[in-house]
Amino acid sequence: MRRPLVRPYPKDWFLRTGAYRLFMLRELTSVCIAGYLVFMLWWLYQLGKGDTESFRSLLSIAKHPVSIGLHTIALIAAAWHSITWFNLTPLVMPMRIGEDRVPNVVIAIAMGYGPWLVVSGFVLWATLH
Amino acid sequence: MPEPTITLDVFRYRPDEDERSTFQSYDVPYHEHWVILDALNWIKDHVDGTLSYRWSCRMGVCGSCGMMINGDPKLTCAAFLKDYFPATIRIEPLANFPVERDLVIVMDDFMSKLTSVKPWMIRDDTSPMEEELLQSPSQLAAYKQFSMCINCLLCYAACPELDSDPDFLGPAAIALAHRYNLDSRDQGTAERQDILGAEEGVWGCAFIGECTEVCPKNVDPAGAIQQAKVAVTKDWYKRMLLPWGKR
Ligand code: FES
Repeated sequence: MRRPLVRPYPKDWFLRTGAYRLFMLRELTSVCIAGYLVFMLWWLYQLGKGDTESFRSLLSIAKHPVSIGLHTIALIAAAWHSITWFNLTPLVMPMRIGEDRVPNVVIAIAMGYGPWLVVSGFVLWATLH
Repeated sequence: MPEPTITLDVFRYRPDEDERSTFQSYDVPYHEHWVILDALNWIKDHVDGTLSYRWSCRMGVCGSCGMMINGDPKLTCAAFLKDYFPATIRIEPLANFPVERDLVIVMDDFMSKLTSVKPWMIRDDTSPMEEELLQSPSQLAAYKQFSMCINCLLCYAACPELDSDPDFLGPAAIALAHRYNLDSRDQGTAERQDILGAEEGVWGCAFIGECTEVCPKNVDPAGAIQQAKVAVTKDWYKRMLLPWGKR
């Protein structure tokens, strides 16, 4: 008689291996990004008011250690998400020249790190000028 | 000196007798060159002939001996006792599958998923061929890695997505579909696309990546799924932009 037994999947699967934990951490970085976006929206809204008073209070909020701490966390999360994602690009878009696979680093630089540096450089340049 | 032994905690489920599953402990002689499958065979031969499990080749080719070893999916013919000795080893059937009996899983669902993607050569013209279809080394290299799959289902056991959506096609089936789509001799991409491009197809994958980690054949199913995502997306745009059906 067939009587297949169905078992529950381990509830703590995301803690079990390195790949699971890395995945979960990468997913969690989106919380930081979302938090930062909410802050940005609020910031733009306040700026839109256009009066000096609210601009001054914005500046003092931005300089507050808590704000600097949160910004640093958001920056690290975004950078870490990007870096791990760039490192995965060769898996998503492998390229071949004849029989040989283009080395992973080359793809990661060409599709990820390279453009990232160019855009970041431009933003830096635009901010400083 | 007495021969060293190692303890195996083995998952037992006999549908005709047991209401629920249990664990049974067996002390097995420890040999450095033994794999877990050797230990299971020793139990079956010397202690308990009722223990059920699948195996065949003993050399990582047939793909039938996959089990959860201390919670990790492994081929038991490739997992050495020495990597666990002297600790007790817990052996369970592959996760994400119903259990038929003891360590034997029910594979019916996987089989129907696999056939649904038509993992075989599809040709427009099915009349017998006069000449063989030639393939260059680089055309072979394009899909060879994905053709190494032995259907051992370790990747299914490692995929949490299958727990949340049991209808997800899963790593091996998608990797094999992708393998045929990449084959220069195949003309069946369009036939596979609807199933691959569905929500339960490639989009069921969140790129967790553990399937690739556990694959004993370095197939990289996670990579195959992401590449298939790119392919079905390109195909979708082509269909949208060329509504008269040109591909
Ligand atoms: S017995 Fe064939 S793969 Fe392990």
